[in-house]
Amino acid sequence: MSDTTNTGASAPAGEQAKASWRFLKGHLREYGILFALIAIMAFFQIATGGILLKPVNLTNLILQNSYIVIMAIGMLLVIVAGHIDLSVGSVLGFIGALAAVMIVNWDVPYLLAGIICLAAGAVIGMAQGFWIAYFRIPSFIVTLAGMLVFKGLTLWLLAGQSVGPFPSQFQLISSGFLADPFGMDGFNLLSLLIGIALAVGLLVLSIRSRQSQAKTGAPAEPFAFFAAKNALIFVAIIYMSYLMADFRGLPNVFIVMALLIAIYSFVTARTTVGRRIYAIGGNEKAATLSGINSKRLTFFTFANMGMLAALAGLVFAARLNTATPKAGATFELDVIAAVFIGGASMSGGVGTVVGAVVGAFIMGVMNNGMSILGIGIDWQQVIKGLVLLAAVIFDVMNKQKG
Amino acid sequence: MATLLEMRGITKTFPGVKALDNVNMKVEEGEIHALVGENGAGKSTLMKVLSGVYAHGSYEGDIVYDGDVKAFRGITDSEDVGIIIIHQELALIPLLSIAENIFLGNERANGGIIDWRETERRAAELIERVGLKETPRTVVDDLGLGKQQLVEIAKALSKDVRLMILDEPTSSLNEQDSEKLLDLLLEFKKKGMTSILISHKLNEISRVADTITVLRDGSTVARLDCKGGISEDDIIRDMVGRSLDDRYPPKVDHTKDDVAMEVANWTVHHPLHPERKVVENVSFHVKRGEVLGIAGLMGAGRTELAMSLFGRSYGRDISGEASINGQPVDLSSVRRAINAGLAYVTEDRKTYGLVLDQTIRRNVPLAKLDAVADGLVVNKSREAEVAERYRKRLNIKSSSIEQETVNLSGGNQQKVVLSKWLFADPDILILDEPTRGIDVGAKFEIYTVIRDLAASGKAVIVISSEMPELLGITDRLYVMNEGRFVGEMPTSEASQERIMSTIIKSGDRT
Ligand SMILES: Nc1ncnc2c1ncn2[C@@H]1O[C@H](COP(=O)(O)OP(=O)(O)OP(=O)(O)O)[C@@H](O)[C@H]1O
Ligand SMILES: [Mg+2]
Repeated sequence: MSDTTNTGASAPAGEQAKASWRFLKGHLREYGILFALIAIMAFFQIATGGILLKPVNLTNLILQNSYIVIMAIGMLLVIVAGHIDLSVGSVLGFIGALAAVMIVNWDVPYLLAGIICLAAGAVIGMAQGFWIAYFRIPSFIVTLAGMLVFKGLTLWLLAGQSVGPFPSQFQLISSGFLADPFGMDGFNLLSLLIGIALAVGLLVLSIRSRQSQAKTGAPAEPFAFFAAKNALIFVAIIYMSYLMADFRGLPNVFIVMALLIAIYSFVTARTTVGRRIYAIGGNEKAATLSGINSKRLTFFTFANMGMLAALAGLVFAARLNTATPKAGATFELDVIAAVFIGGASMSGGVGTVVGAVVGAFIMGVMNNGMSILGIGIDWQQVIKGLVLLAAVIFDVMNKQKG
Repeated sequence: MATLLEMRGITKTFPGVKALDNVNMKVEEGEIHALVGENGAGKSTLMKVLSGVYAHGSYEGDIVYDGDVKAFRGITDSEDVGIIIIHQELALIPLLSIAENIFLGNERANGGIIDWRETERRAAELIERVGLKETPRTVVDDLGLGKQQLVEIAKALSKDVRLMILDEPTSSLNEQDSEKLLDLLLEFKKKGMTSILISHKLNEISRVADTITVLRDGSTVARLDCKGGISEDDIIRDMVGRSLDDRYPPKVDHTKDDVAMEVANWTVHHPLHPERKVVENVSFHVKRGEVLGIAGLMGAGRTELAMSLFGRSYGRDISGEASINGQPVDLSSVRRAINAGLAYVTEDRKTYGLVLDQTIRRNVPLAKLDAVADGLVVNKSREAEVAERYRKRLNIKSSSIEQETVNLSGGNQQKVVLSKWLFADPDILILDEPTRGIDVGAKFEIYTVIRDLAASGKAVIVISSEMPELLGITDRLYVMNEGRFVGEMPTSEASQERIMSTIIKSGDRT
C-alpha cells in the first residue's frame, strides 16, 4: 500500500493501510457488488468452459437482459422515492400486445406505433401515480391492481392468441446491430471505437470528480482503490466491446441502454430533481416542509416508470418477434430483485442507477450461466432467490456494523 | 452509601469520531446523578454503552455494577439487572393504549395468552404511582408529551428498576410538567432508587442532583458534589471551559416601522376532528427588524398556527387573510410560502426537519436547492461550500459535512435544521422551540444569530415554552392559550408572572 497518496507521503505505511481498510469497510457495498459481478462472471466463465464470454453469448446476454435493465432504471427511481411498482411486467406485456395489434393487424406505421406505445406507457404510469401521489393510496396496492388489470387487458387485446410477426424494420430495435462504415470483414471497428470512447470518457469523468472531491476535502478513496477500480472498468469495457466487435458489433439496444444509464445516472446524482427524489424517499414530511413538491415528483416517477416499461415492452416484443399473452409475467420480480441486489433500500432514499444495472446483470449472468450449464428452471429460481436474500442480508449487516 | 455503578476508562469510537475517550463515572446507590455537557459531548453515547445498546466488545473499558464487572450484550441484559434507559426520543407506540405500551415486550400473560385484567390492574397501579390521571385504556397518541413521558417512566417502573437513566426527559416538556417529573424523581429517590439524569436545563440539575459528572469532548472533566448547593454558573464553567457572563446577547431594538407580515382572523380546524378549532380567530403582525415571541403552554396551538401559515402544512378548513409587506399573499403551498419569504423551523427535527440518512451536505441546501445548482445541475463544490460555511457558523460538531445526520447528537441535528432555513434566507423566519435540546453555550450562539437576523432587517417569530428565553431575546410578545391570542405586550413590560396570569385569566373566561 505504499502507493496510497491521499494520506500524505510522510504518513507511516501502517497508518495508510489502516486508512485504506477503514475506507474499504465504509464502502464495502459499492465494491462488494462490483466484485460480486466479477466473481460470478469468473465462476461461470470457468464452469461453462469459456462459453460465457464468447462473443455470441455475450451479445446474447446483453440482448436478453436489456428489457430488465431498462425497467430497473425506472424502478430504481420508484424505489428511491419510497414506493414500488408491481405492474411493470404486465405493462410490458400490454404494450407489446398494443404494438402488435397496431402494427400487424391495423398496419399502423411502426414508428408512429412506437411513439403511441411510449405515450400509452407514460399515461398508464400517470394513472397509477395519480392515485399514489395525490390520494396516498399505497403503491403496493395500486400497482398490484395495475398488474391484474393489464394482464387482463393483454389477454383481451390479443384475444388469447399470439400476434406476429413484426415487419423487419421494427425487429431492428432488438436484433439490429450498429452498421459499420469501415467495412472490415467480420470485425465491427466502429463498435470497438465506441467502446474505447466510452471507456476513456468514464475515466476522464471519474478523474475529474476525484479532483473536485479533493478540492472540497471530501474523504477520497485511497489512490490504490481508485486506480484499480478504474483500470478494471476501463479494461473490461474495451475488452467487451472488442469481443462484440468481433461478432456483429454493438447491438442497437446496447446503445439505447448505455444512453439511458448515462442520462439517469446523471439525473439521479447531479440534478436538483434527483436530489429531491432522494429527499422525499428519505423523509417525505421533511422534504415537503422544505418546499419540495413531493406529490408531483412521485407522480412523475411513476409516469417515467410507465414509459420505460413501454420501451422495454417494445424491445421485448421485437426480440420475440411476436406478442404473446404470457409476455412479461413475473418480470417485475426480476426487476425489483435487481434494484435491491444493487443496494437500494426498501424504505426509500437509498440506491444508485449503476447499482441497479449491475444488479440486473448479476441476475442476467446467473440466468445465462445456469442455462448453459443445463441447470433446470427449478433450481435456477432457488439460487436466484437465495442470492437476493444474501445481498440484502449483507446490506443490513454492513449497515449495523457501522 | 455504597457505590452502585462505576464506569472505568470507557472509550468508544465511531468511524472517524472518538465519541468517548477514557471516561470515568461513579454513581452512588440512591442518588440522583446528573450528566451534563455540551451537544455532542458524548452523554447519550455513554448511556448507550451503559445500557447495552452498544454491546460489550464494541467499546473499551469496564462497567462495574453492584460490585461485578458486567458485559452486557444487549438491553435485555442490562434490564435484567435493573438498569432501564429512557431515550432522548420517546419510544412509545402511538396507537396502542397506555397499558399495552407499559407491558410491551413484557406482557402479563399465561402461556402466551394475555391476561388483560391483570395487565390493566397493574397498569392502573403504575399510572397512579407516576401521578398520571388517565385510564389504562387511553391511547398514547391522545396524550400530550408530558404525559407520554410519564408513561415511559411507568414502563420503566414495571421492570423492577434499580437504576433509571433519563436522557433529556424534560426537553420537550413545559415548566409544570418538568416540575412534576422532577418531583417524581425525588420521591423515587426517597424510596432508594438511583437515577442518572441528562439535561441541558441547568436549573433543574441544580435543583435535584446530588452529584454531577461533566463531560466535554468525550472526556470526564469534572465531578461536582452538590451537597452544599451548586450554582448554574459553576456547572457552566466546567461544561464550556470558561465562564459565560451573559446568557443572552445584548438587545438593541431594531424594529422598523413597516409591517413585514400581518395575519388577520386566522382559524384552523383539527385535521381529524373538523368540528374542533385548533386556532381560533388569531390576528397578529410582525415588523421588520423585530423579534416577536409567542408564549403559551404546550398545546396552546402555537405550532399548529405556524404550520398552517406555512403552506397549510397542518389542519383543514383554514380561513383568514395573510399579507406580507402590505400585499395579500397566497400561502397555500410550502413552495409558495417560501417564495413569499416565509420559513418555518420545526420543533420536531426527526420527523419534519431532517432527511436522516443523508449527510449534512445534502440537508443544508434542501430548502433552496436551486441556489446551489446551475440550472438543473447541482454544483457540488458550491453545495459543499455552503454546508461547510454553516457547519462552521453554527459550530456543528461532526467529523465533516459528509457525516450522516442520523449520527449527529440531538443538539447538533437541531443546528442542521436551523442551517437549512438560514440558508434559505427568508424575510420572515418562524422558529419553533429553536433551542430544544441545545446546550447553554450553543443557545447563546443561536440567540446571537436571531438578534443578528433582526438587526439585518428580517422579522423573526420565536415560539418557545421557555419563558426566560422569550423574555431574553424578543422585543414584543403575544400570549396564546387554547387556540386564541389572549394578550400582547412589549417584552420590556413582560415578566413570567404576567404571562402566566394572562394565560390563567383567559382560561377563567371560558
Ligand atoms: N452512530 C454514530 N456514528 C458516528 N458518530 C456518532 C454516532 N453516534 C454518535 N456519534 C457522535 O458521537 C458524538 C457524541 O454524541 P452524543 O449523542 O453522545 O452527544 P450528546 O452529549 O448526547 O449530545 P446532545 O446534548 O446534543 O444530545 C457526536 O459527535 C456524534 O456525532
Ligand atoms: Mg444526547
